Amino acid sequence: MKEITFILNNEKRSVQVEPSETLLEVLRDKMGLKSPKCGCDRGDCGACVVLLNGKSVRSCLVLAIETAGMEIMTLEGISAKNLNALQEAFIAFNSFQCGYCAPGIIITVTELLTKNPKPDLEEIKEVLSGNLCRCTGYKPIFDAILDVTGKEVK
Amino acid sequence: MSDYKYIGKPVVRIDGKEKVSGAAIFTDDIDFGANLLHAHIICSTEAHALIKSIDTSEALKVKDVVNIFTGKDFPFKFGLYMKDRYVLAQEKVRFVGEQVVAVVARTPQAARKAAKLVKIEYEPLPAVFNQLDAMKDDAVLLHPDLDKYPHVPWFFPQEKTNIAHWRKTRKGDMEKAFAEADIVLEDTYYVPRYAHCALETHVAIAKYDYSGRLTVWSSSQSPHTQRNLFAEALSSLGLTHKDVRVIAPHVGGGFGGKAGVTMEIIPAAIATKLPGYAVKLRWSREQEFMNTYQRLGLVAKIKMGAKKDGTITAIDHKIYWDAGAYVEYGANVVNAVGLSAIGPYRIPNVSIDSICIYTNLPPGGPYRGFGYSEFIFGLESHVNRIANKLNIDPVDFRRINAIKEGDTTAYGAEMNPSGLHQAIDEVAKAIEWDKNRESKDPKKAIGKGFAIFWKAPAMPPNASSSAFLKFNEDGSINLLISGMDIGQGYQTVMAQIAAEVLGVPPSKIRVENPDTDRNPYEWQTVASHVTWGCGNAVKKAAIDARDQIFALIERVYHLSQDSLYLEDEAVKCHTKKDFYLPLKDFVINGIMTEDGTFKGGPINARGVFMPEFSSTKGDPETSQGGHPNVHYTVGAGALILEIDKETGKMRVLKAAEAIDAGKAINPDLVKGQITGGLLQGLATVLYEDMRFDKGGKMLNPNFSDYKIPTSMDVPDEIIPIIIEVPQPDGPYGARGIGEHTMLPAAPMIANALEDALGIRIKSMPITAEKVALTLLDKEKEK
Ligand code: FES
Ligand code: FES
Repeated sequence: MKEITFILNNEKRSVQVEPSETLLEVLRDKMGLKSPKCGCDRGDCGACVVLLNGKSVRSCLVLAIETAGMEIMTLEGISAKNLNALQEAFIAFNSFQCGYCAPGIIITVTELLTKNPKPDLEEIKEVLSGNLCRCTGYKPIFDAILDVTGKEVK
Repeated sequence: MSDYKYIGKPVVRIDGKEKVSGAAIFTDDIDFGANLLHAHIICSTEAHALIKSIDTSEALKVKDVVNIFTGKDFPFKFGLYMKDRYVLAQEKVRFVGEQVVAVVARTPQAARKAAKLVKIEYEPLPAVFNQLDAMKDDAVLLHPDLDKYPHVPWFFPQEKTNIAHWRKTRKGDMEKAFAEADIVLEDTYYVPRYAHCALETHVAIAKYDYSGRLTVWSSSQSPHTQRNLFAEALSSLGLTHKDVRVIAPHVGGGFGGKAGVTMEIIPAAIATKLPGYAVKLRWSREQEFMNTYQRLGLVAKIKMGAKKDGTITAIDHKIYWDAGAYVEYGANVVNAVGLSAIGPYRIPNVSIDSICIYTNLPPGGPYRGFGYSEFIFGLESHVNRIANKLNIDPVDFRRINAIKEGDTTAYGAEMNPSGLHQAIDEVAKAIEWDKNRESKDPKKAIGKGFAIFWKAPAMPPNASSSAFLKFNEDGSINLLISGMDIGQGYQTVMAQIAAEVLGVPPSKIRVENPDTDRNPYEWQTVASHVTWGCGNAVKKAAIDARDQIFALIERVYHLSQDSLYLEDEAVKCHTKKDFYLPLKDFVINGIMTEDGTFKGGPINARGVFMPEFSSTKGDPETSQGGHPNVHYTVGAGALILEIDKETGKMRVLKAAEAIDAGKAINPDLVKGQITGGLLQGLATVLYEDMRFDKGGKMLNPNFSDYKIPTSMDVPDEIIPIIIEVPQPDGPYGARGIGEHTMLPAAPMIANALEDALGIRIKSMPITAEKVALTLLDKEKEK
């Protein structure tokens, strides 16, 4: 066990971790943050995506101990104040069905929109290709993103 | 009928905010504190073997291990339609991945570590992985005691064989019909197994407390069915139904995989041996692939006759199902198809044999479409080929034969109102069926494929639904129902139904995930029946509430009930225009009368729905008589496919799908089902594929090797079309559509390939590799 400190959703937090524990395990089991989901535990599905120093990572592939001193943002952190325009668009377009993929997808798209506020459909598809969604056929997710970035939804 | 306020409107999901904010709680998200134990399951490495010995002595010494369980600890069978499975394997294992030993420890790490020290000795038995081999006289028997297994009365197991059920449907004179046909085509089609791949794996936590109460938190489509099965299976402990409670949080996708009871029985049974603890079991992705229900594979032999003018005279459809090692649920898939494998056609002469065969592969079970996708692949391929041979346009051929209201089904009941012909026309129009397309790229070919479909809910005749509805002080409502929102939007749709009756907006109606202690009975969320069945119950509950409100107003204000109506969260009166009483003023506290006393009180209402006309009492030899299916939902689909002739790579340029929802209570959610279901269906035909080695071990139990669609695989254009021919006994005319949306996908692809390149592929999946190889073979033949 080793104590590490990081900035989690804008708060400085410390936690004891085992060297073998993944960031996903620590966030869920020790920090009480349940929005990152486990869909595969091997980097295939994207349900566990969080922002690490502003970059999206699969938290099931990151060892918690390596995140000491870093900034971590989960969907809870994004939702803390008010839902943002992207989240509102996802609601308006009924973008998600079961919603299990939603936290990972919202984090991935958040990173995309920070880098490029006006992505085109091809770019959206490419960025999302690592986030599996079994329910929706992705189309209502694309539509909401296009709408919130001011593009025409076909 | 456009004067509805909330029905037929694209209302936003009432669970939308929860899901996009990260607030939605799924089963694995619940904390149980330090008294939580973790179960780790040791799975069989053998496909068929006797368990000679299990040595747990070393494993028990590992720090933090609490106990280790084997089949001996739970010597009873369970199952939904047929009791043929066990909590942990008894004496024998029947598939690779079967649960054999459960190690329970204070940490998952300790459980895993100890599991490595358990020694299991097997004595291998001959195994059978192919249903046709399993039918042979000398085949090894998976269940020698099959004749002793309790089952529902509509199953017909064949003693001392691997045939767990044989559904026969017979109608007309086959010999005569084939003799009279101008063309008879016979062929065989193959569909492999598929996995649901819900993004959330199965997980359940069970706690048996010191008062003798069993609570199970479970990611489930079937909380009440689970409670019933747990109570029955564990009745030897003195548990009664009131002592068993199932709590079902949000479900991260179901698609049939989380119906009935599979792994959830393990923590439930273990918990009864470890009172006071919560015991958690969560499938890894690999276990999810290897040991939950899989979609059954099939071999379908179709013989169909037709006249020159295009009328189909007869169908002989023999379907051999690879149902796996346990068929307590899967046998009902076989049954459903045995009643409906003529497809949505008017065919006077019918012979169907749908045969459920045990194999040493994982248990087959419900998967979105419940067997219909599987037989529709062969049937809609076959129909297309006959049309081509008769030189009739495939769409026209379907127009000639498509079933209409009042036609008789294979088992002799009358077809319900149906917009099938309208669906055919609208899809043909949307896809511009008559337009000829050619690729500008000489390396590529373009083809078009068409398919129609139907599906009925497969349910016991007494599958019922119920609803409680209660008002709060501010006039908002809690609606208590026990169907599951597995993503389809059920809770929103139920809120819309109550909203319409009571004049309260859906946003003021809370529908929570169920808890069997307080929410009333619902059979299960399967069969695309909850919009219809539970929708009826909710509507009745809302009407009950309205009746209570109107009776109270009449009693206090002497206004006739007929003159009252509800609007904008208030009671209004047709005959007394200035009468206006907000619901919030009285739905809890009643109405004060002149003498200061109060009349009325909390408005609590209930509704129950039972499909009272349904019956499974058909003749076992012909299936004639009875009314096994409550109704069919129908539709049509078409797509334009581009194929790279060198690589076989395919791209869907455009797809249209029409479905007769009866009444789309929420058109936006219906469209969501169409895009999602269509992509799931396209994946089964274009790339998904469960691979097993010679010993029956699945080779690709992960998302790197078992590919499900990503955002890059979405067709360039999808045109969802909603048809509304009302179902007379549905709420506002609605019937279910959730499963149906994936049904036409596979034959559309097969038919488009033939249209483009003249090749006919009769086995799924139709991968790029298969297409390229078939094209090469065709070249060689020249
Ligand atoms: S759980 Fe991390 S990618 Fe699937
Ligand atoms: S909404 Fe269910 S996985 Fe995306």
